[in-house]
Amino acid sequence: MNRTADYVIVGGGVIGCSIAYNLAKKGAKNIVLIEKKYLTSGATGRCGAGVRMQFGTETNCLLAKNSIEMFEHLEEELDYPGSIEFKQGGYLLLAYTEKMVEQFHKNLGVQHKLGIPSRWVTPEEAKEIVPHLNTQGLLGATFCGKDGHCNPFKTTDAYARAAQHLGVEIMTYTEVTRLLARDGKITGVETSKGIIETPAVVLCAGAYSRDLAATIGIDLPLTPERHQILVTEPVEMMQGPMVMSFYHGLYCQQVPHGSFIMGLGDPNEPKEYNQNSSWQFLHEMAAKATFILPPLANLRVVRQWAGLYDLTPDRQQILGSVPGIEGFHLAAGFSGHGFMIAPMTGKLMAEHILGEETSFPISMFDFTRFERGDLYVEPSVV
Amino acid sequence: MCEANQKDLTIICRCEDITVDEVRAYIEQGVTDLEQLKRLLRVGMGPCQGRTCTPLIVNELARATGRPVREIPLTVFRQPTTPVKLGVLAGGTDHE
Ligand SMILES: Cc1cc2nc3c(=O)[nH]c(=O)nc-3n(C[C@H](O)[C@H](O)[C@H](O)COP(=O)(O)OP(=O)(O)OC[C@H]3O[C@@H](n4cnc5c(N)ncnc54)[C@H](O)[C@@H]3O)c2cc1C
Repeated sequence: MNRTADYVIVGGGVIGCSIAYNLAKKGAKNIVLIEKKYLTSGATGRCGAGVRMQFGTETNCLLAKNSIEMFEHLEEELDYPGSIEFKQGGYLLLAYTEKMVEQFHKNLGVQHKLGIPSRWVTPEEAKEIVPHLNTQGLLGATFCGKDGHCNPFKTTDAYARAAQHLGVEIMTYTEVTRLLARDGKITGVETSKGIIETPAVVLCAGAYSRDLAATIGIDLPLTPERHQILVTEPVEMMQGPMVMSFYHGLYCQQVPHGSFIMGLGDPNEPKEYNQNSSWQFLHEMAAKATFILPPLANLRVVRQWAGLYDLTPDRQQILGSVPGIEGFHLAAGFSGHGFMIAPMTGKLMAEHILGEETSFPISMFDFTRFERGDLYVEPSVV
Repeated sequence: MCEANQKDLTIICRCEDITVDEVRAYIEQGVTDLEQLKRLLRVGMGPCQGRTCTPLIVNELARATGRPVREIPLTVFRQPTTPVKLGVLAGGTDHE
């Protein structure tokens, strides 16, 4: 006999777990979340887990600002017995070209309108914030002390446990093999453990969302792209903020555990589902990190790994529903910045799915923007 | 009361300072997947990448779940196999 559910959430990353919790909190019942491996096995468990308000578009600033304010109280909200290791040491975004300086000032304008406490800093001031920063070639930077880091495993665990507490069923090691739709309506999902009939699917399977949407004839413009990252041994606290350079495509942060986590974006990365690590990354990462932050040369690398970005043409997430297929909701395409906006995204998606007015408009994240050619490019991403 | 609270403070993961008790507490809560234990407790995330603790934890898991040791899936071993300084990787001369 087939099972039934009122809502099936596909994907056990931070987004799926946040949506599950928010739906249940609003009173929705009979929610099943399906994850093909274990929770956080996708991008969430592989990410740098930096959180920042310093974006270039108003909506991303709003999503991030609201989310960071939610991270500040998340342990209480979710009644989590452990710590989500939230640290607000700030983000220092480095500018190396006149064009970047101009863009950063524009971004500050957007941020200040929304009450984000970011500011322009000179190279000398940047060095006061991060004493071991090499300011060679640096024109300036922006800094926001509210930005920081949060443990992605713990955050997802906190959402998942709170969701389960409210009655959500989480099925791990279960793969959704196909979405099912008939007469313009979602009717269920086919999984490795049988069919679940449901009138509503929330697709948040990261880069794999494209393949699943294709099973009901919907072409999501998502491209997988490998991003590599490494972690060092833990040392005494020496770097408060995340240091990020769009010029070098680099980010580097000391997390509360004491280790440094750093990654690079590679513009030449082939667009495929490859998640293997490379020696070239280690070498390039080390060269760039030790140029910008020279004393890090003495730190030992403990592990490297890789994960997938789910890139959209405008580097912005797709949130909302698919017109013409009733009950088909999307939260995918986070393009490398989905962890930090998960708290607010979960809330907005729950409001949207339940037909409520959303806390702020999300229509610019609509799936149909690509057809309309209404791209909405985020300028500040690695 | 003392008896019930008696903890096994034996360190199971030396790199990250995790005790047998902490591992058992998670297993009791239903976290019986080595991948999940690694991510929630950091066991095996240190420099030795679980060379010491993984077999011990696998035994704990086998005992708690009643599954044979060989059926407990292991975690992925990541490069580099021994810690290497960033300065060396960058091609510097620091080969200390
Ligand atoms: C190297 C790297 C660094 C990053 N750094 C940051 C950062 O500093 N800050 C930040 O905010 N973001 C960062 N990101 C991005 C962030 O990780 C993602 O945007 C975010 O985790 C997305 O969460 P998600 O739940 O949408 O996706 P995922 O975590 O990928 O979850 C999707 C889940 O769906 C599951 N799934 C897939 N197919 C199926 C199926 N058929 N059936 C069932 N389940 C399925 C997968 O197993 C996976 O667990 C980074 C990403 C990478 C790769």
